[in-house]
Amino acid sequence: MSASVLRSVQAMGGVVLSAVSSVGRAGYLAVGAGRAMRKWSIWGPHLFGQMAKIGVDSLPIALFIAAFTGIVLALQASYTFTGAIPLYFVGSLVGKTMILELGPVLTGLALSGRVGANIAAEIGTMKVTEQVDALETLAYDPNAYLVVPRVVAGAVMFPAVVLLASGLGVAAGWATSLILLDMSSPAFLKGLRLFFESWDVWFSVIKSVTFGITVTSVGCFFGLHTSGGAAGVGRSTTQSVVVSSMIILVLDAFWAAVLL
Amino acid sequence: MSVRLYDVHKTFGDKEVLKGFSIEVREGETVSIIGASGAGKSVALKHIVGLIRPDQGEVWVDGENVGRLSQEELYALRREVGYVFQFAALFDSMTIGENVGMGLRRIPGMSPRKIADRVGECLGLVDLDGFEGRYPSEISGGQRKRVGLARAIATQPKYLLYDEPTTGLDPVTTAVIGELIARMRKELGVTGIVITHDMTSAFRISDRIAMLYDGTVRMEGTPEEIRTARDPVVKGFVEGRPDLLEEVP
Repeated sequence: MSASVLRSVQAMGGVVLSAVSSVGRAGYLAVGAGRAMRKWSIWGPHLFGQMAKIGVDSLPIALFIAAFTGIVLALQASYTFTGAIPLYFVGSLVGKTMILELGPVLTGLALSGRVGANIAAEIGTMKVTEQVDALETLAYDPNAYLVVPRVVAGAVMFPAVVLLASGLGVAAGWATSLILLDMSSPAFLKGLRLFFESWDVWFSVIKSVTFGITVTSVGCFFGLHTSGGAAGVGRSTTQSVVVSSMIILVLDAFWAAVLL
Repeated sequence: MSVRLYDVHKTFGDKEVLKGFSIEVREGETVSIIGASGAGKSVALKHIVGLIRPDQGEVWVDGENVGRLSQEELYALRREVGYVFQFAALFDSMTIGENVGMGLRRIPGMSPRKIADRVGECLGLVDLDGFEGRYPSEISGGQRKRVGLARAIATQPKYLLYDEPTTGLDPVTTAVIGELIARMRKELGVTGIVITHDMTSAFRISDRIAMLYDGTVRMEGTPEEIRTARDPVVKGFVEGRPDLLEEVP
């Protein structure tokens, strides 16, 4: 066998081993975090701080994205429907799309950058400066102190942020319809009600909970496995955003296939 | 009560850092472990509190095999061990007072008042009275190391592990830290293990010194025995003479 073939096989083997090892470490983290849920006295006091950081502080970017998405959706729907479909369907498209898809996914992706990167950088810096080791020596379980409050806060706050963002996106589409498309409120609301089902909101909430858990746990995972100083922190931050964005898109397809 | 490492092996990637490292530290002793940078001194120290698990060999603290402890038993053991990190490892989002009080908050029955009193007492021991409200970014490197020491002694541990407590400090601060380590032993009676390059401090504060070389203990003895050693590795390190190390096969 030639040397180049051997090198290729070796490289592929390395990639497979690394992937298997990452899955193993992720499983180990999940089990550790699950066990650490019992240690309320450690993670409880940090929960509200993390909820504010992950949820409240993310509102400006999430609402900004949702508002402009709602505007664009209304304009593009009008452009597509004019002359073919009654314009009140603009309300249907804006409502359905914002609640089912764009609200959760765009917010999830934006927050994987804002929240996931922040968590990976913060915990990664703690890791390379031995602060995580210091926690251990002071008898604190890092899973309970660092991971659980962030993941619980993500699971609780992502749906809240997504619901507010989706609501604002619909409102922005409504305002755009009134101001730029010469539609009336009754016409927009007729379209909005036509296909609205309360299940859509639950679907959005379920997706958002899983996105919240994904973004925060992936951030914690890469943060806790950081090595190599400042460059390592940068690498973990990037990996956290890339991996959590990919998982969000896979979950999006998964929930659509399973729940719709 | 003692710390014992038996035949500890540890490999990272393809580098075998410890190749059968063994040492015993008896109650009330202060033992320094010296050796070149990258020799594995910090790795050896982290085995004692279970931050690193050995690939082979055993680590015993207080009659407990560290490798066989459950997570909760390990945390219970860690409450008996104070660890002073090389770069202090202070939590930079917390004040000095909160840093020193971290370990105390894990002790049942410690009220905020008792914690505040103990924090003040520990900061007093390292001559940093009144620093409670400052942040780690607002104090010097030497002061950070002293805060790290205050945090380590706050829970009144039986053992204190010092990872290069004087590295990167000026000679005066180095002497101050050396004095503090000696005080910890004298006033608190703790058993100490010190990782250091600083031979002046090592000779002053140690009951015994062990030199780590090529993954094992090259020589172990009293400060006087180490000072007068003829082994070229030990002599070369102690006297700062790389020419002697060149003679080693």
